[in-house]
Amino acid sequence: MSKIVKTITCLVSLPIIVFGLYIISHGHLTPGGGFAGGAIIATLVALLAVAFEKRLSQQLFSLAESLGLLLFIILGFFGLSSSFFHNFLAKAVSFGPNPGSINSGGVIPLMNLAVGIEVFGALSLIILLMSQKND
Amino acid sequence: MFSHTLALLIAVPLFAAFFTPLARRISRKFMNLWVIFSLGISEFLVLVLAKNVIKGDIQVYSLGADFPALTSPDGFPIRIILQADAIAVFMALISVFIALLVGVYSWRFMEKEKSRDKYYTLLLMLTAGMLGLIFSGDLFTMFIFLELLSIASCGLIAFYIHKGESSEAAFKYMVISAVAGLMILFAVGLLYAQYGALNIGALAAAIDFTFLDITALAFLVAGFAMKCGAAPLHLWVADAYGEAPVPVSALLVIASQVSLYALFRICFTLFGVSSAIGIIAWLLIILGVLSMFIGVTMAILQTDIKRLIAYHSVSQVGYMLLGIGVGLALLGNMTSYGIRAMEGGIFHIINYALYNTLLFLAAGALIYRTGVKDLNKMGGLAQAMPFTTIFFLLGSLAIAGLPPLNGFASKLLIYESVFRFNPLLSIIAILVSILTLASFIKVFYLAFLGPKPTEFKEIKEVPKSMGLVMGVLAFLVILFGLFPNIVVDNLVSPAAQSLIEQFQYISAIL
Repeated sequence: MSKIVKTITCLVSLPIIVFGLYIISHGHLTPGGGFAGGAIIATLVALLAVAFEKRLSQQLFSLAESLGLLLFIILGFFGLSSSFFHNFLAKAVSFGPNPGSINSGGVIPLMNLAVGIEVFGALSLIILLMSQKND
Repeated sequence: MFSHTLALLIAVPLFAAFFTPLARRISRKFMNLWVIFSLGISEFLVLVLAKNVIKGDIQVYSLGADFPALTSPDGFPIRIILQADAIAVFMALISVFIALLVGVYSWRFMEKEKSRDKYYTLLLMLTAGMLGLIFSGDLFTMFIFLELLSIASCGLIAFYIHKGESSEAAFKYMVISAVAGLMILFAVGLLYAQYGALNIGALAAAIDFTFLDITALAFLVAGFAMKCGAAPLHLWVADAYGEAPVPVSALLVIASQVSLYALFRICFTLFGVSSAIGIIAWLLIILGVLSMFIGVTMAILQTDIKRLIAYHSVSQVGYMLLGIGVGLALLGNMTSYGIRAMEGGIFHIINYALYNTLLFLAAGALIYRTGVKDLNKMGGLAQAMPFTTIFFLLGSLAIAGLPPLNGFASKLLIYESVFRFNPLLSIIAILVSILTLASFIKVFYLAFLGPKPTEFKEIKEVPKSMGLVMGVLAFLVILFGLFPNIVVDNLVSPAAQSLIEQFQYISAIL
């Protein structure tokens, strides 16, 4: 691709990551969450694959996929002192409108993060598999 | 620790599935050991669970609650609730046991394949899907796990993607399971809109058989009948079982049994005694008889050994539908032969799981050594592979219902009790059994007897681990045939009772 596309890709890459992380970390407060945020970050991989036309290694994304899923289910196992998937980090939140305190969901933001990592890995893999010729 | 068995049974295979790609990075041997180890743990957990549940107390587990037994804090069940009664534990015992055997068998069978980590991941996810479908206490979770099961099966059927037929079979399976899944989801929506509940126990307590409920019942029965491969919608069975890797075909058989379980759970526990249930019961009986007859007549024509066994699977599902259908028809005023028919149907599930897995794995042994699936190209293999020959013979005699093997025990229960209900149905069942025997005589003659083609001079017996798996299955086939009363009294009878006693189920959840 042309130099313009490459430069713009470099410029927008950081905002894409930040926006994706914002969507993931506010998943329990605003619309969006792990899946949407992970998909947003995965668009960066699509952009990189198109702009630079280089073969990216699939190993890293496959690892991210496994790690995200493992993190999710391990968070479930952590609740076993009361019951599986128990929200062991939850604390009492005052009722009524509030400015949106991040630390109010217990393990839910962590699970959103796990889903985000998983979706980022999986969607990137799908994009790479579709964009690169199999040999 | 043991109070969490129910949740761990679903969590352990899932965790194992997610860890398998990482285990592959360490070494292939470690991955194989990891898969077998995790399935072994699941087997241990299900045995622990069975020890408590078979006696009659229903175990419930509320995910994420302050303590596991807290199912309905304000008299109304919230959260995802898992339940285990005798029939659920019965199905879980079968599925985990066969999954463990398939895991051991795959070690040598799949060793030449490059992407084994994906294969094992999907295999474990399929196991988790089956266990989730068995234990989930609400309709929506049931739907979720049915989808997990479908997606994992679809990936496994398409495993040999470089062959065109595999992806075609997987596509057919995907279309059928998507349609079935949508029908089930639509029915769940109909029920949720009326009662505001998804939990099977809560719905069963509240249901008042409106027109919409009957519509939902029709959709649920149609959806699950599609997934279990009963007659008019058996089209995917032959392709899927025929094209999937052999160990997967064996596990897909169990997956279809789990859909059958879900069908029974809907009919007996969710709806129970009502005006519509008589029609549904006769529908199941007719589907059963059709499956039996169409399956066996199609099977006689086949020359591909796996497609042939696949059509026999359709025919065997018919026996279970017939037995349970008769039980359902008599549900309001249960007679002793109604209970016998249900016991026959349920006993046939475990027998069918054992001998059909044995047949598929023995056919896999032939394919592993010869590399062909066409019966006309095989021949004279009895000398080269004596143990496989014995195992295949045992499996085919069991599926034909010859004494003293396990197929005879359950088929006799079905014949005798169905004869009291309607003699014609019983006669058709016996006729189908004879046709099954005829078909397997052909297979045995073509594959094992006769002259040996020159290209099979070097054929040896299969590796020891594969032989061991088939040996265990063959041993159980004989054992269940010789002592059917032990199995019926300890496993099958409580399972049939737990289906009939709807109130016990409802009171355990609420």
